[in-house]
Amino acid sequence: MTSPLQQKIKITGPSVVTANRTWDGVVIWRTNAKDWSTDLADAAIVRTADAARALLGESVADDLGAVGAYIAPVEVDESGAIKPGNLREQIRVDGVTIELPAHA
Amino acid sequence: MYAYDEIDRTLINERVSEFRDQVKRRLSGELSEDEFKMIRLMNGVYLQLHAYMFRVAIPYGTLSSAQLRKLAHVARKYDRGYGHFTTRQNIQFNWIKLADLPDALADLAEVGIHAMQTSGNCTRNITADQWAGVAPGEVEDPRIWAELLRQYSTLHPEFSFLPRKFKFAITASAHDRAAIKVHDIGLRLHRNDKGETGFEVLVGGGLGRTPFIGKTIREFVPGRDLLSYVEAILRVYNQYGRRDNIYKARIKILVHELGIEKFAEEVETEWLQIRDSTLALDAAVVEDIRSRFSYPAYEKLAPMPDELKQAAADPQFEAWRTNSVAPHKVQGYAIVTLSLKPIGGAPGDATAAQMDAVADLADKYSFGEIRVGHEQNLAFPHVAKRDLPALWRALDKIGVATPNVNLVTDIIACPGLDYCSLANARSIPIAQELTRRFANHDTANLIGRLHVNISGCINACGHHHVGNIGILGVEKNGEEVYQITIGGRADENAELGKLIGPAVPYAEVADVVEDIVEAYLALRERPDELFIDAVKRLGVEPFRERVYATR
Amino acid sequence: MPLVNKGQIVSDGFVHLADDAKLPSDGAVLVSATRFLANAESLSARNSPVGVIWPNNRSVDELAPWLDRLAAVALVFPTFRDGRAHSQARLLRERHHYRGELRATGQVLRDQFTFLLRNGFDSFEVKKDSDAHAFAEATQRYTEFYQPTGDGRQTALERRLRQRHSESANS
Repeated sequence: MTSPLQQKIKITGPSVVTANRTWDGVVIWRTNAKDWSTDLADAAIVRTADAARALLGESVADDLGAVGAYIAPVEVDESGAIKPGNLREQIRVDGVTIELPAHA
Repeated sequence: MYAYDEIDRTLINERVSEFRDQVKRRLSGELSEDEFKMIRLMNGVYLQLHAYMFRVAIPYGTLSSAQLRKLAHVARKYDRGYGHFTTRQNIQFNWIKLADLPDALADLAEVGIHAMQTSGNCTRNITADQWAGVAPGEVEDPRIWAELLRQYSTLHPEFSFLPRKFKFAITASAHDRAAIKVHDIGLRLHRNDKGETGFEVLVGGGLGRTPFIGKTIREFVPGRDLLSYVEAILRVYNQYGRRDNIYKARIKILVHELGIEKFAEEVETEWLQIRDSTLALDAAVVEDIRSRFSYPAYEKLAPMPDELKQAAADPQFEAWRTNSVAPHKVQGYAIVTLSLKPIGGAPGDATAAQMDAVADLADKYSFGEIRVGHEQNLAFPHVAKRDLPALWRALDKIGVATPNVNLVTDIIACPGLDYCSLANARSIPIAQELTRRFANHDTANLIGRLHVNISGCINACGHHHVGNIGILGVEKNGEEVYQITIGGRADENAELGKLIGPAVPYAEVADVVEDIVEAYLALRERPDELFIDAVKRLGVEPFRERVYATR
Repeated sequence: MPLVNKGQIVSDGFVHLADDAKLPSDGAVLVSATRFLANAESLSARNSPVGVIWPNNRSVDELAPWLDRLAAVALVFPTFRDGRAHSQARLLRERHHYRGELRATGQVLRDQFTFLLRNGFDSFEVKKDSDAHAFAEATQRYTEFYQPTGDGRQTALERRLRQRHSESANS
């Protein structure tokens, strides 16, 4: 398997590193405190390819804590609030766009 | 039903204990994700957008009521109270925790079901006609052979690391409900001129990025030689299948690149070496497996019971009966399809409560047996016709009696971008919108048989290539757009659909499908000329014109 | 990298010889396929054991003339996901009746031990120490096997038939 770090990193705007938590699969984002959070608001924002590479590097290194780390685009507004940068990431933040079958 | 014996149960339990150990090693850091990934995949565990996804095999689509209840239990205890039946006779749970998986597997093992090889580059779940054993005119019950193949392929030491995944489907009926022509190996049980039964073997079918219809590699392989012939194919594939490019690794590419004649020669040479090995199936071995399939003690019943005559006055019952009830090989009985395609629902989803209720009804009305079809519906294979009215009321109450089987709202759809990490676009909301557009049963009935298949990416889990109308979601400049094909079919006359024109945006898909259907209604020669036949006769052009004239 | 041979962790008796290294006058050597084929006659006539490292994209049929004089064949798993050497192993054992050491090399992990054994390997260059130490545990986990291979284990189908016969004999 090609490590994500061997792939060419290109970012076009503010980005974060996201993954799934190993033991339960929950969506997580890499924070500035070299840790993970389940809240996008806590995510470390990177704005250059080098910074993205560094953040991804430390994320991938945490093989025990997180699975499948990758760089994802976000939008940051004037107040600093972070929003997902595409539909896929929006679905990972907000959940499925459909109604879940009724709980039994 | 096939009854697992001590040997099968032991093996499943050994696999559960091995996987428990593997999960433990992963969670302790002893196994890296790179090492663990293929291990978890070979036990049906994917990583999706929101969580892990867990895929459980339903071999040849046959479930007992106890097994279905256990699936409901897993949905309730370890997931979010529902499951998704797939196009390959599997069920998927979307929200499972890795740490819980060993326990979920142990619970399933109690009723003899498992997740072995529901992913990974190995032989996947062996699928079959969901009406196997009860369809009128069938050569014999193909599940005996499917079970032999299931055992043969489970934890195969040589073929667990093939170039790519490998899928078998089997049928013994003239009308193919198992889509054998779009599988890596398709098997059609038939009788030769001498009256012997054996297999027409097809190879190299498949959908995905490079779709192919399977080609016949041998017209007749006797049952005795089934395993050795399959082993010869797998060995040739294991050695020569491409491993340099994941998109070219399926056997269909090898067959295509070598040509079917050359490929067949390689297989034949290998087969001659192993045909008389221990893989040869003695009649006694086949009989032993056959003897462990039990069939209901059918009663001698009238072909047209009074209950059915009386219920015929109710138009709603009649609509359902005409649509969802099929002839059975035994007089007085019927095969009943349970639609998992309610208007506005996600195709193939069932809640734990529905699964429990279906299991109870199967006990009451279908000798405790349930079938799962590749169209993502369920079926009761042995219903006494006199019970149909009562069964209908009960099925209606739990929302699985929508009379839309094989109609435009009986849509096959993959989970799409709502769940899947491979998807580029959503599938389920498209399906939901289409079912609302065609919610009127009279309209759907007027249109007649029409299969709409939707995939959220090129991997084609929603079988879009072989939908009468196929819808493929792709991403373009950050937007979801959909390519529409028409004329595909997955049965014995399998064909790949043809693109009608440029992709259309998410919001326009339902309009386009409506346009296509309206064009068909205007163009069909007679009310009983099916959509698929009209497309065959007319080609794509008139449909293209209608759709793009105003776009 | 620990070597497990016939179930025990052992030291490797073979010296891996580079293609340009001088052939020692005695001692067991393991050479590349290229080197072996270029000097097959003289190498296989050597008094000390010779083994060959055989790549997974080359037919083992080519080795057939030399098999009775080879002390070891080492097959290669570049990653455990590349399963070609599984077929090569079975062909060497079951078709060519090779009886010497059959070694698995490359990414050899605990989770493949049972498969490898079933295919005829008896020697394993194991990637991790912990896996090598777990060899016995890992290879005793399974007691039931569905498919026949050259390892001679009774398959489930055979066991059932036998049970059935003994039942009918007793009844």
